[in-house]
Amino acid sequence: MDQKTKDLINTEITNNEVCLFMKGTPDAPQCGFSMAVSNMLKILEVNYKGINVLEEQTLREGIKEFSDWPTIPQVYIKGEFVGGCDIVKEMYENGELKKILEDKGIKFKK
Amino acid sequence: MAMDLKEIEALIKEALPDAVIEIQDLAGDGNHYSATVTSSHFSGKNKIEQHKMVYNSLKGKMGNELHALAIKTKE
Repeated sequence: MDQKTKDLINTEITNNEVCLFMKGTPDAPQCGFSMAVSNMLKILEVNYKGINVLEEQTLREGIKEFSDWPTIPQVYIKGEFVGGCDIVKEMYENGELKKILEDKGIKFKK
Repeated sequence: MAMDLKEIEALIKEALPDAVIEIQDLAGDGNHYSATVTSSHFSGKNKIEQHKMVYNSLKGKMGNELHALAIKTKE
């Protein structure tokens, strides 16, 4: 991964409390898994930034290396990698996602 | 770009010998699978680490030959 991509990712996860690296955008997801995570965050009314990895091939590959995680979507909360679709879905279902948002002081619909 | 269900199972088994694995071919296209993996090797590890163990067992095929594999891990 080049330095520019690394800097870009670092800037995004530092400047946005909740970041979703996804295929497509929150309004027009281009993959079912990205849509699922995007919808969960919307339901919880979390203010998040969706970053479309399809716009930049270096970002699409870079984020996998950055997180050491082979798939997209990827969720970052306060700079920390939280998981991909399966983990976030599980956390959404068992209440852990709300807990982590609460613990990190992020606003959401309770 | 597709992968056989048996091949996925064999790779996971190789890395996690005691694993009990249930795999479903979600769309019937050899490309979208769902796997539930139960293994004692997951104990004491968080979800991210557990999923990484499964991804690692697939030796880089995840996201390449294998387009989609939903994973659920249990201890």
